[in-house]
Amino acid sequence: MKLIILNDYDQASEWAAKYIRNKILLFGPGPDKYFTLGLPTGSTPLGCYKKLIQYCKNGELSFQYVKTFNMDEYVGLPRDHPESYHSFMWNNFFKHIDIRAENTHILDGNAADLQAECDAFEKKIMDAGGIELFVGGIGPDGHIAFNEPGSSLVSRTRVKTLAKDTIMANARFFDGDLSKVPTMALTVGVGTVMDAKEVMILITGAHKAFALYKAIEDGVNHMWTVSAFQQHPQTVFVCDEDATLELRVKTVKYFKGMMHVHNKLVESLNSESKKK
Amino acid sequence: MPSNKSVSDAPITQFVNCRILRDHKLQREDLWVREGRILDPEKLFFDEQGYADKRVDCEGSIVAPGFIDVQINACLPPSGGYGIDFSQASDDVSSGISFVAKKILEHGVTSFCPTLVTSPPAVYHKVLPQVKAQNGGQHGAGVLGFHLEGPFISEEKKGAHPEQYLRTFRSGGIEDLAEAYGSLDNAAIVTLAPELESSQAAVKELCQRGITVSLGHSVANLSQAEEAVQNGASFITHLFNAMLPFHHRDPGIVGLLTSDKVPAGRTVYYGMIADGIHTNPAALRIAHRAHPSGLVLVTDAITAMGLPPGRHTLGQQVIEIHGLHAYVAGTKTLSGSIATMDMCVRHFKQASGCSVEEALAAASLHPAQLLGISHKKGNLDYGSDADLVLLDDALNVRSTYISGEEVWRKGSREKKSAV
Repeated sequence: MKLIILNDYDQASEWAAKYIRNKILLFGPGPDKYFTLGLPTGSTPLGCYKKLIQYCKNGELSFQYVKTFNMDEYVGLPRDHPESYHSFMWNNFFKHIDIRAENTHILDGNAADLQAECDAFEKKIMDAGGIELFVGGIGPDGHIAFNEPGSSLVSRTRVKTLAKDTIMANARFFDGDLSKVPTMALTVGVGTVMDAKEVMILITGAHKAFALYKAIEDGVNHMWTVSAFQQHPQTVFVCDEDATLELRVKTVKYFKGMMHVHNKLVESLNSESKKK
Repeated sequence: MPSNKSVSDAPITQFVNCRILRDHKLQREDLWVREGRILDPEKLFFDEQGYADKRVDCEGSIVAPGFIDVQINACLPPSGGYGIDFSQASDDVSSGISFVAKKILEHGVTSFCPTLVTSPPAVYHKVLPQVKAQNGGQHGAGVLGFHLEGPFISEEKKGAHPEQYLRTFRSGGIEDLAEAYGSLDNAAIVTLAPELESSQAAVKELCQRGITVSLGHSVANLSQAEEAVQNGASFITHLFNAMLPFHHRDPGIVGLLTSDKVPAGRTVYYGMIADGIHTNPAALRIAHRAHPSGLVLVTDAITAMGLPPGRHTLGQQVIEIHGLHAYVAGTKTLSGSIATMDMCVRHFKQASGCSVEEALAAASLHPAQLLGISHKKGNLDYGSDADLVLLDDALNVRSTYISGEEVWRKGSREKKSAV
């Protein structure tokens, strides 16, 4: 893995956004060659989305030939509910960029047949040629997407019941009322994300520090599902200082020592590499 | 193409680079319009996979709901310029109203209630049927219905109204209305004095017909005013003017602002002519602080709006213009105003110290709520009519839109700019 450690949330967000930007530009997307991007929700990626919007608005980056696949969506929450992940993606990303609706894919938590909806989503990913880069976050209980502790590390897109930790973490979006938080969600599986060519996990804040420790310094374990990515050939963890608080000094020093190499990945590309 | 046409083929316009007034706040959001109404872009995106056909760059402007003026007198030609008085009986009321409707687009007004001051029955019978409520457009602001200010008003508080045409309710209310006005189909508001005998029956009747009843030009005490409100009255015509002054033992009509006899769920709105002349700024502030959500800006503009100093006609009266003041000729009695709505919005904001959002709401949302049309006018909610006014930070009008089409732009002369 690459462990990228930045000083604070803003710098981590910017690094991640630049990384995504460069990946897309270097891929050179076009009408016959879409860049497939997996996307998360929550407070962690907000800064990254803001930066991507900025790059789009100033002409550096276009999403015209980018297809997006979101990780998850609540079950039973109306699509236009302000806390649905559809609303989140529209307000925080889609409405500010030049992406076409038909190139975005978010699971429908109100589908009549939920498992069929999940199967169809897997097929859409396959039909799009697989995911080039899957961006995700990590829960305080070490979950990726809604693959709660105990989820199979080879799981596919399916319905999951949310763990208590997750419901408590999300209550702040529902006026602090635990009873208002949905109890189930549709989510991509650990296996689904593992299939992506490359995976980038954003982890910021001291409250995520223990989960990060469990994910990268302990063994692969279905109780901390992000740990599965130890077995992925191309994983990037982007963190701020606070998120590293539970790691060994040796780990942190090792990866900080490589920042000058890793920073090359986010350097501004010259105009020849820009999209056609 | 812009949408997958599952809902509509019509072109979609996206107003960008603007701050819109929504949910009582100015927000950096784009405004989407289709078929003359505000569109929900999230629904468009997810349901129809749609996007905009056309973008309008608002250059950082404030986008507010078009202003609504519920009290604006105007004149019929011939005097030229702005010389239009509806109360002068003429066969061509329509063209007179059209002239004014077009002119007020410059002030950001997209809907209005042409106002008739006290007139003889012949005038009402002739004029009222001629002008129906109609949507605005390139031709001018939309007509919401007449505001009939009089003739059932108090002699003591007639202001600039002609005394000889004042009336009382001789036959118990309803018949008097028919006698005086003829058909009330095209009326939106009636101003009357609730202390007049048998007036309460008229209040009830008018309210039942869906006409807004306003109290004004009256010497009513607070209980009489409250009774009228309980019978359905919901507006006060130019607060403070042409009514008894506030008294601490009988607040009169002014007391309605804080009355506890207003039925639950109902609001009493009050018109303010915020031209700096009709009301001292301190009085404006007292009213605003006592009851901010009821304040409705009106111009009560007359013929003179746009005319030079000198003598002009309003109804059956002659008036004189001196600077920004208009008086009944030979007296010190104020006679309507020559303020424009955008001027009133600016003055109100400056005098009251209120926020931009509140000032704009007083000219758009509140009049819409008063007339019971806030489900489609007076706000920028999804589904509302796309009547817009684009303003700079000092609240000067840059351009005006009706049903999503530009109908006036600063810098254009008579014709509108192409979009």
